[in-house]
Amino acid sequence: MKKKILIVDDEPNIVMSLEYTFKKQDFEVFIARDGSEALEILKHQIPNVVLLDIMMPNVDGYQTLTHIKNTASLKDTKVVFLTAKNKASDIEKGLKLGADKYLTKPFSVKKIVSEILELVT
Amino acid sequence: MNNYTLITIIIIYLAVLFYIAFLGEKKSQSKWVNNPYVYSLSLAVYCSAWTYYGSVGIAANSGISFLPIYLGPVIAAPLWIVVLRKIIRISKQHKISSIADFISLRYGNNRFLGALVTIVCLFGTLPYISLQLKAVSETFEIMSDDSGSITTVGLSDSTFYVALLLAVFAAFFGTQRTDASEKHKGIIASVAFESVLKLVFFLIIGVYVTFYLFDGTSDIYNQMSVTPNFKELTTISSLEDGFNWLFLISLSFMAIFLLPRQFQVSVLENNREKHLKKAIWLFPLYLLLFNLFVVFIAWAGKLTFGNTKNAEYFSLFLPLENGNTFLASLVFLGGFSAVISMVIVSTLALSTMVSNNLIIPYGFLDKFIKNQPERNSKYIKNIRRISIFTIIITAYFFYVIFSKELSLYSIGLISFVIISQLAPSFFVGLYWNRGSSKAAIIGILVGFFIALYTLVLPFTLQAYTGTDDFTQNGLLNISALKPYALFGVDFLSPPAHAFFWSITFNVMCYLVFSLVAKGNYRERNYAEMFVDTKNFTTLQDSALVWKGEAYVADIKNVLIRFLGEKRATRALNIFFTKYSLPKDTQLADARLINFSEKLLTGSIGSASAKILIASVVKEEQISLVEVLKILEESKENIISNKVLLEKSNELTQLSSKLKDANEELISKDRQKDEFLDTVAHELKTPITGIRAATELLMDEDDEMPKEIKAQFLKNILQDSDRLGRLIHNILDFEKLETGRLHLDFQYQDIQKTITKAISSISQIAAKKEVQIINKNRHSFNTNYDEDRILQVLTNLLSNAIKFCASKTGKITVDYKLGNELIEVSVADNGKGIPEEDHDFIFDKFYQSKDQNTRKPQGSGLGLAITKQIVEKHNGNIWAKKGVKNGATLVFTIPFK
Repeated sequence: MKKKILIVDDEPNIVMSLEYTFKKQDFEVFIARDGSEALEILKHQIPNVVLLDIMMPNVDGYQTLTHIKNTASLKDTKVVFLTAKNKASDIEKGLKLGADKYLTKPFSVKKIVSEILELVT
Repeated sequence: MNNYTLITIIIIYLAVLFYIAFLGEKKSQSKWVNNPYVYSLSLAVYCSAWTYYGSVGIAANSGISFLPIYLGPVIAAPLWIVVLRKIIRISKQHKISSIADFISLRYGNNRFLGALVTIVCLFGTLPYISLQLKAVSETFEIMSDDSGSITTVGLSDSTFYVALLLAVFAAFFGTQRTDASEKHKGIIASVAFESVLKLVFFLIIGVYVTFYLFDGTSDIYNQMSVTPNFKELTTISSLEDGFNWLFLISLSFMAIFLLPRQFQVSVLENNREKHLKKAIWLFPLYLLLFNLFVVFIAWAGKLTFGNTKNAEYFSLFLPLENGNTFLASLVFLGGFSAVISMVIVSTLALSTMVSNNLIIPYGFLDKFIKNQPERNSKYIKNIRRISIFTIIITAYFFYVIFSKELSLYSIGLISFVIISQLAPSFFVGLYWNRGSSKAAIIGILVGFFIALYTLVLPFTLQAYTGTDDFTQNGLLNISALKPYALFGVDFLSPPAHAFFWSITFNVMCYLVFSLVAKGNYRERNYAEMFVDTKNFTTLQDSALVWKGEAYVADIKNVLIRFLGEKRATRALNIFFTKYSLPKDTQLADARLINFSEKLLTGSIGSASAKILIASVVKEEQISLVEVLKILEESKENIISNKVLLEKSNELTQLSSKLKDANEELISKDRQKDEFLDTVAHELKTPITGIRAATELLMDEDDEMPKEIKAQFLKNILQDSDRLGRLIHNILDFEKLETGRLHLDFQYQDIQKTITKAISSISQIAAKKEVQIINKNRHSFNTNYDEDRILQVLTNLLSNAIKFCASKTGKITVDYKLGNELIEVSVADNGKGIPEEDHDFIFDKFYQSKDQNTRKPQGSGLGLAITKQIVEKHNGNIWAKKGVKNGATLVFTIPFK
């Protein structure tokens, strides 16, 4: 079965690169432009990984993470923060909330792929 | 004019005054009643019928000698800031209700002194009130064509009824409360109103006479200058005249402080000390205006009537002679206003004195002790009401018996001379703590008798016997005792002469006896308090040096009799809380004694309050040495306390300053951090895009479809542009904020700039199908940096487009001209700005409250830059409040 990934980011250019990369890795890719769109998709899909930006309009990354952690059907879903916030305190906060990984922008596409593959296999 | 018409006018006029007083009382807290103008105008109660009619009489007969009566107050006015303020402070603190109370309190609550001051005020004011009634009566006679009806006395004399109506007015509005130290807003409002009327009507008649009946001031002067005696009317010809002037100016200087009605309006009815600041120039201005036409009316009268008419009423005769009954009626009403104000305020002041300093302390105190509180307050009000009626009716009969023969001017001056006897104990007592009650009493008595002997007696004798033997030969034919030329001083006018001798002896007695007979400890206490106003507030409760035994319960009982159970308990609770004493304190100390006396003073006067409290207290006499020692100690205590307090205040201030500085540092630091943080974040986003796309494009193993390749390249281009814009913005902002950006001001047409801005952004708008309307199409040129204002407009417009819905979005650009600025607005019908964000949207990177987690749209610097640019133009920018639909951003640029 194809692995599923949900990419949540409001920067279309970044999303495009990530989408292209993960499709090539044979992932089924879902895209959300903010937290509320992500929550809508999560009603019907159970992705293996959610790649989450923190700063987004409407529902932000922290809120989305909390929702995933509190939803029984998503207990196996891994959450990876991918954000420009790279202060120690931000990273600590993200991990404390239950994120499985915390990656910072700007990133290397190859590195992202290897980190995520490591997480889902 | 028909008698009944005239009476109807009077009654309607009085009804209006009642209504104004009623409104003033009802809206006693409103700004209409409590402002410096009402206060200044109420001081103009000084201008009575004497001013209104008497000045013209004097100007016609004796030339410019009417002026000193107004020069005194004008000289006194600047001093009010110092002297009157001190008096007002003391009076407020001690709930003083009259000048008698004030003087008696200064000399240790001396009961006899209070009574004596009251009697002097009665003697000084009664003839003055009767003078007003005389003016009403005589002007009524002139106005009415049925002149037979007013010569009779009492029930058939209309003046009698006018007097009664005034008494009703004063009794009704003057005794609304038991506490006489409370304000009488209603009366003051009507007095201020009347002050306006009397001035306006007097100016109208002045203009009418000068410019309508005659051909201006120079015409009157030219015609007058050819008449005999002209020179005497216009100059001070000799040294003697100079002395007369000097004494009259001093006399009126004192009167403006001491006349009971002036004390009432200037001290007791003062709401705020700062009102004095306006009064010190407004009141002299009022007097100046009042005297503007006096000479011309007087001369016009003389030219028209010669010596055939009573010169005091020229202002009535002149319009009547020319058939202008309407103007004459206005003049009559103006004079009537002057009368009403004077009579009502004087009576109010006198009745308080009579009840608090004569009747209550000398007859009613025992009764009060036995009575219930409600009955006591009823008693007090009734005593005051009866006093009001008695005073006015006495004044009426005084007029019937004495004043008919005398001119307004001479009665007025008699009053002034008598009242001035209070001056030494009043003024010196304010600044010299040695002044004692004995000395004050002797001084006042001596001065008062000299004034009676040199001024009142000769008048009265002459009126009765018809001869001037007494004036010519003196008492027992001793020429040194001639009433108008005491000890051979024969060059002064009778009032100046009486003033000179009475005040000289008065001052001498006061000084000598103060030095010879020291006051008792109580006097020294109060003297200290009056003189040392700097420490006044700290001294006020604790300054009373007192030794003795008193029970709180007894004192409370006395308080209950006058204030009622509720107020008394509340007052005591406040007192105990203030000094952190236990509520069940049994023995009273000096502070409580002083506090209780003050509480009672407003209702029954300071002398009675002292007597009442003394009746439940076993007071021990203490020696003066002891008093001085205690005073010295308490002074030292106060001083050392003060130093401590100052030091601790300084420390508190210093530590709070440190705290502020620290907080500012932290917040600046945080701001800097946040700014850098956000800048970093903003830069990282496009870099991330570029980096990821480049990496993918560089992967040589990848067989990337052509379209995708193209898309990635396009993305790289977009992100590079974004990066460039951002860096440009940051540099721009930095330049603006550090002040390194210089504007290029040119004379430009704002309309053209707006059009440019709209067209530069029209493509983006068209893409989103948002409509942009340029509302005001007129041209207007002013100085600004066009590039920068274009930047502002473009920013506001692109913001508006961003927040508008596509297709229904509508943006309106408009501009308005103000007096000194041009106001440009950009209004959209988008989602709007939350009210709580209004003040912050111009902060850099501001994105609503939780900006930490929400991504800014655009660079986040646009509005901050916009604001900087507008402010560089000395303009302002803001989001309009209360906009229902969408958002409206407005900025201004000043122009000259």
